[in-house]
Amino acid sequence: MEGLNAGYLMLSALLFCMGAYGLLVRRNPLVMLMCVELMLNAVNLSFVTFGSMLDDVAGQAIVFFVLVVAAAEVVVGLGIVVAVSRRRPGATADDIRTLRG
Amino acid sequence: MNSSVDPVEAITFFLCALVVMGGAFGVVTSRNPVHSALGLVATLFGIAVLFLAQGAQLLAAVQVIVYTGAIVVLILFVLMLLGVDTEDDVDEEPLVGQTAAAIFVALGLLGLLVTTVFVGGSEIVTGTKSTTAAISPDESNIAQVGRVLFTDYVFAFEITALLLTIAVVGAVVLARRPRSYEPMPEPASMAAPEPFPSQDDAEGSVH
Repeated sequence: MEGLNAGYLMLSALLFCMGAYGLLVRRNPLVMLMCVELMLNAVNLSFVTFGSMLDDVAGQAIVFFVLVVAAAEVVVGLGIVVAVSRRRPGATADDIRTLRG
Repeated sequence: MNSSVDPVEAITFFLCALVVMGGAFGVVTSRNPVHSALGLVATLFGIAVLFLAQGAQLLAAVQVIVYTGAIVVLILFVLMLLGVDTEDDVDEEPLVGQTAAAIFVALGLLGLLVTTVFVGGSEIVTGTKSTTAAISPDESNIAQVGRVLFTDYVFAFEITALLLTIAVVGAVVLARRPRSYEPMPEPASMAAPEPFPSQDDAEGSVH
């Protein structure tokens, strides 16, 4: 493998797993959103790395779509967080179970 | 292919990897959500530098502008709106064995990914080098990405417009204050609208 590409992929894998761990452990919905961002960024990094390995611009074009999806996800997620915490200030992700009848 | 690595690129990579992983560690472990957001800024900035090191100049700029400039600011804004004094109790475990299970899942995932990278070696990317969208050194990165975006991926590009519209409408619908949580009282009281903080808000548990 040429140059640092393996290093980039390793870093991407580490970042992805760190984000997954945070998503599973943390209960503050905002911190969970941040962990999702970490995972999406890890994927972006590996897309760019694969793009440069294959000498293809498409790897960079796809990152744009990931970026748009991430922005949309954050906007809707924050809307849900605001709507939930208006009814229950200081709600954590576990408190969503009160939705059960 | 020469396997020698440019020392400047190697140093840049290791410094940025340090910043990225330190920031990610801060996001996952810090009790204060504001500190998590600052760690996220460090991570995103490090990744922007790594994009730059890989010749994706446009993406590096977009990363700083969109992620650290818009998304993190949006998260911080909501954080401030909901109150910054809430500290997470990181040690508390509502589900028994949650942390152990999360560590197991994360390490298993990491093991699989690292194994893939090592076993794959130089064949980790399948497929041939691009002929239609090859990265050419004598054309600017922005021009190349823009051309690909508006020719090969123009349909996906149009769909993202739809997605963003849906997201904006959804956010407005979600964050709009409903007129009242109670069922409507008799029509006579509609003449004088009641002040907003309704019964339900007052009795919600404060932290």
